[in-house]
Amino acid sequence: MLKIHQLQKSYPIGDSSLHVLKGIDLNVEEGEMVAIMGSSGSGKSTLLNIIGMLDEADSGEYILDGLPIKDLTEKKAAVYRNKFLGFIFQSFNLINYKNAIENVALPLYYQGLKRKERQELAMFHLEKVGLANWAKHLPKELSGGQKQRVAIARALAANPKLLLADEPTGALDTKTSYEIMAFIQQLNDEGKTILMVTHEEDIANMCKRIVRLRDGVIMEDKKVNQVRAEQYV
Amino acid sequence: MFKFLFDRDTWQEVYDSFSKNKLRSILTMVGVWWGILLLIGLLGSARGLENSFNRLFGSFATNSVFVWGQSTSKPFKGFQEGRRVRLSLTDAKKIEENVEGIEFVLPRSQNQASVVRGFLSGSFQMAGDYPLLDELQKKKLIRGRFINQNDIDDNKKVAVLSEDVYKQLFEKDENPIGEYIQVNKINFKVIGMFESGNVNMGPSTDIHIPFTTFQQIYNRGDRIGWMMITGKPEYNIKQIEEDAKLLLKNLNKIHPKDQRAFGSFNLGKEFSKVTGFLTGMQFLTWFVGIATLIAGVFAIGNILLITVKERTKEIGVRRALGATPYEIKRQIVVEAVFLTLVAGVLGIISGGWILIALDAAFGQGADAAIVNASVSIGVVFIALLILVVLGTLIGLIPAFKATSIKPIEALREE
Repeated sequence: MLKIHQLQKSYPIGDSSLHVLKGIDLNVEEGEMVAIMGSSGSGKSTLLNIIGMLDEADSGEYILDGLPIKDLTEKKAAVYRNKFLGFIFQSFNLINYKNAIENVALPLYYQGLKRKERQELAMFHLEKVGLANWAKHLPKELSGGQKQRVAIARALAANPKLLLADEPTGALDTKTSYEIMAFIQQLNDEGKTILMVTHEEDIANMCKRIVRLRDGVIMEDKKVNQVRAEQYV
Repeated sequence: MFKFLFDRDTWQEVYDSFSKNKLRSILTMVGVWWGILLLIGLLGSARGLENSFNRLFGSFATNSVFVWGQSTSKPFKGFQEGRRVRLSLTDAKKIEENVEGIEFVLPRSQNQASVVRGFLSGSFQMAGDYPLLDELQKKKLIRGRFINQNDIDDNKKVAVLSEDVYKQLFEKDENPIGEYIQVNKINFKVIGMFESGNVNMGPSTDIHIPFTTFQQIYNRGDRIGWMMITGKPEYNIKQIEEDAKLLLKNLNKIHPKDQRAFGSFNLGKEFSKVTGFLTGMQFLTWFVGIATLIAGVFAIGNILLITVKERTKEIGVRRALGATPYEIKRQIVVEAVFLTLVAGVLGIISGGWILIALDAAFGQGADAAIVNASVSIGVVFIALLILVVLGTLIGLIPAFKATSIKPIEALREE
């Protein structure tokens, strides 16, 4: 599904440069649910951004579903993002002047689907996250948990191969976090591959595999017994 | 692209981003609206002024000079200075034959005449004229006709009156045609009446009678009061004036350098001063209007730049969801063009209202300062076209800026 080999990335800071990723090797199989952990500055977000094609690596290989990702033009990257990836952000990143269903339908718009199909698909995914009744509400009228569920519905709308979550529970209280995690686990049960950045142990333990980063290298990569989130809800 | 322009979603996006930023959008549009309003208002007013000048001069052959005799200021060929100079029909004929570029030479004689009709009387300017006068200085005839060649040939005692004379000598609603008026105890039959109050260049006349009749009753013989010389359009009237004066000096034995022997009024020269002023004003109008327009378009660009900066994160999100840079740019440009276009059309409409108001305030009546203040539809379309082109170009700047940063940097923006 995902193959990364000797991935390197550094950021220029003034005259010197900060070496953020110092050769990462990572393989993720289909249906996995991986938590990427590490303290701040360990490079976990940078890794996720490179996987999400929002950022480019300096060197190394990145193969997504058999497709080598390199020398991307912005246009190509946009098409790949749209086709292969679904994003879930810590701060939800919903467009605040569009209502829930319009937000969910946005990736479908960029896929070039007809309006009616978009509406139907978006509604289907909103139902899936249990927010069908909130379709016409603006983000500011929704709670944090609801916003994140709309964001998940949006990430699912384009039926991506890989779901990328950057601290999906970072802005939520514990109870809501578990609700969201229960939902993400359910998606994984249905076969979605999920990659998640987090720095909370309990959240990481709800995944099936934990990859720990420190100073730009992988310290530890282990499979864990998944803690089901439903029991806390 | 066409599919995109007619897509409901495109306009939904435009509408959304406007309803989100109402104040800013309106402020932006005010810039362009004001620019095009000024352009239309100024152009229309300039046109109105031009029209009103044209109306003043329109009934008149503007390539003309009036010449009359005064007194000599230099002794010449045995004559002392201070000799009275009188023009004659022969002079007029010689000028017509010898000066290059002459279209007409029209001799006229003029006198103050006391006119009596029954118990009513008045003192009016009376002139002896040829039918040609009606062509050079168009009379607006209300009733009857002007003098014709028959009247000249037969020294007929007929008169053409101005409306003013009619008002003083006739009862209201009375038909003056065929009635008689007395001038110097001689009866004249009224054959026509023209509208007065129409501001005409040159000396105004209340009563016109046939030239030959005038010469006869005042015993003028060959002598004429003054003459009106009209040049062909392609000739310079100043040159004609000089040539004619030189010839007249020659014929009347006057020193060639005598500046005061003939008086003259060069209508062509005065007219070109006015038209020069009008041209200058039009240039100024265009300059100010277009400069304002450009300022307005730059205001739009500026605001869009701020908008794009504020929406950096949104643009980042859209790109994460799969929007290509082209789609982002296209959306921004469409917003820019739409803004300029709507503001421009509103400006054109309100500019039209201003012209209507100007017309209502200053455009009524015969001596209106502004006549038919208007802009041609072509100018309006060109202005709109300029707006759209500039709007597109100016929209491209923020569009490129929006897509030049990496999506991850856009997403980090708070």
